[in-house]
Amino acid sequence: MTSDTAVPLLSVRDLRVSFTLDDGLVRAVDGTSFDVMPGQVLGIVGESGCGKSVTMKAILQLVDRPGKITNGQIMFRRRPPGQEAGGEVVDLALLPPKGAVMREIRGAEIALIPQEPMASFSPVHTVGDQIIEAIMLHGHRWDAGRRITRAQARDITIGLFRDVGISMPEQRIDAYSWQLSGGLRQRAMIAMALSCKPRLLIADEPTTAIDVTTQAQVLALLRDLQHKYNTAIIFITHDLGVIAQMASYVVVMYLGRVMEQGPVDEIFHAPAHPYTRALLRSIPGLTGATRTALPVISGTLPHPFNRPAGCPFHPRCPDVMARCAEAVPNLEPVGPYQAASCFLHHAEASAT
Amino acid sequence: MTEPTSPVPLPPVPLLDVRGLQKFFPITKGFLQRVTGQVRAVDGVDFTIHEGETLGLVGESGCGKTTASRCILRAIDPTGGEIRYHTRAGDIVDLAALSPAELLPLRAEIQMIFQDPFGSLNPRMTLLDNVGEPLLVNGMGNRGERTDRVAELLRLVGLRPEFMHRFPHAFSGGQRQRIGIARALATNPRLVVADEPVSALDVSVQAQVLNLLLELQSRLKLTFLFVAHDLSVVRHISDRIAVMYVGQLVELAPTDAIFRHPRHPYTAALMRAVPVADPRVRTIDGILGGEVPSPAAPPSGCYFHPRCRHAEARCMQETPELREITPGHFARCHFAELWPERDAA
Repeated sequence: MTSDTAVPLLSVRDLRVSFTLDDGLVRAVDGTSFDVMPGQVLGIVGESGCGKSVTMKAILQLVDRPGKITNGQIMFRRRPPGQEAGGEVVDLALLPPKGAVMREIRGAEIALIPQEPMASFSPVHTVGDQIIEAIMLHGHRWDAGRRITRAQARDITIGLFRDVGISMPEQRIDAYSWQLSGGLRQRAMIAMALSCKPRLLIADEPTTAIDVTTQAQVLALLRDLQHKYNTAIIFITHDLGVIAQMASYVVVMYLGRVMEQGPVDEIFHAPAHPYTRALLRSIPGLTGATRTALPVISGTLPHPFNRPAGCPFHPRCPDVMARCAEAVPNLEPVGPYQAASCFLHHAEASAT
Repeated sequence: MTEPTSPVPLPPVPLLDVRGLQKFFPITKGFLQRVTGQVRAVDGVDFTIHEGETLGLVGESGCGKTTASRCILRAIDPTGGEIRYHTRAGDIVDLAALSPAELLPLRAEIQMIFQDPFGSLNPRMTLLDNVGEPLLVNGMGNRGERTDRVAELLRLVGLRPEFMHRFPHAFSGGQRQRIGIARALATNPRLVVADEPVSALDVSVQAQVLNLLLELQSRLKLTFLFVAHDLSVVRHISDRIAVMYVGQLVELAPTDAIFRHPRHPYTAALMRAVPVADPRVRTIDGILGGEVPSPAAPPSGCYFHPRCRHAEARCMQETPELREITPGHFARCHFAELWPERDAA
């Protein structure tokens, strides 16, 4: 038996998702590969249109039509019933989206914390009822096949509310989502995501819609819960500050491809890809000169129908070379745990 | 010959004096809409904006920063207080007391940049009509002059004048925000109120728009009231920063001073809550607990005392005044002189 930490929990290989529209084909995700280790916090960072959210939807098999997974593997190690370790590996990309297996995995083994907690809870059911429903639907799977009663599920929910720092859980469980403040609603959403003890939690911009002080509370809570349950988290955000504070490993995406990936310290202190470097330079900080021009990335994001040939970043890249327009660079190692897809770091032509 | 420059920096010239600004919203109940209480959204705010400066206004949602800025624009009518504006003609008028007809000639001088670049442009109007509309409503120029002015404005914000016959949907978020800025500048305003102008934009686009705002300010001698919640953005663009909490100013100081020596525990807590883009600097620990109290039923004494780590008995009873702690640095805390050394302890 292999050690549980050395084998990835989720392994995405050359994932491609495209949308066939009347005006042409949009390659939203164009050959993305990364691994998530058990208990790891992986940050995926990128600007709008980089494919970070579509990648997550593909993992959960929630890509809306006309979007389609056209290539690649999403290998996920399932949790055996009643056990914490081990498990068979399935390719999520091959599973039917509405099939029984995907429905077992979704919510129970891979849970999602969405961006808008207001839109994610039903306003006509209490938040407690919605969490109880999830527990009763999935709960029997790890409790040696035993069904969970409604009263038990209610107790579990009250315990979860206490875990995520909701005061007066016995009363709040019967509240409707619109009776809760933004911070409480996001806490309730986290309680729901954790209710089935998932191995993998996908947090898609979980704090963009809330205030900075509430954001700090929610981030600190997620960090505590991650330590407590050892849940792996994929943290998707455009906020480099949030990534720096939360993630241990970072994937930087641009136009559907991974530009660079590596441990958080390397990404912020020794970025190898020109895009990562440019992104880091362009954010104003809490130290440094004020009221001076910030370094910007020249040009604009190309239109989805107008993908540049070669490296997707080459028209905006300060270090562009002739071959950048001709071939797409592969993700190549640039350090022990760091990799970048840039010809600057390629010894010989290694392109697709 | 160049203009003679003064050997000593000239004293700042006030452009807008806000004194005791109040905006209450009634809470009504029942069929007869009986007023049962007041939401004191803005409750006695004082500040001055000097010519050519950027005043940043920060705070959490519900603190009244947007309401205060809308009062200045007279998009809503304040309940009380004065908004003394120094007009281009050299008069001092109270915007709060003017009738809609008296306000009309001043509308061109105070303009606004909106947060949402997708919602703030009319999708059925070309850029020419969107950007030229303020000129039309203010009766400036004929059609030919307006077209020339729009071309000039588009060039000013870094867009091609040929774009003027296109519709907003053809543009990205960053480009639309540039269009919004061009429209705000159409009437050649002196004061521009920008409410979260970059919070809906991507990181790289945000930097471009911030650079544009700084450049336009120095070129056109603009004065900005910059309303935002992102402290690093506000720090980057502002000369001075005002912090609001539950309808009141809790601190007002030059940018450098407020970041180096915050004199109010709320300001310090806000700064600690910002996730710093450096994994070697751990922030978001030692965070502010609790939630913002409702402006309909604020706490006794200092509004911040239920969340303040250093609250004492006095804070629960006595309401602190906004006091000048060091020259130009105002704070509303009984113990303002002891900060920030006290916070570190």
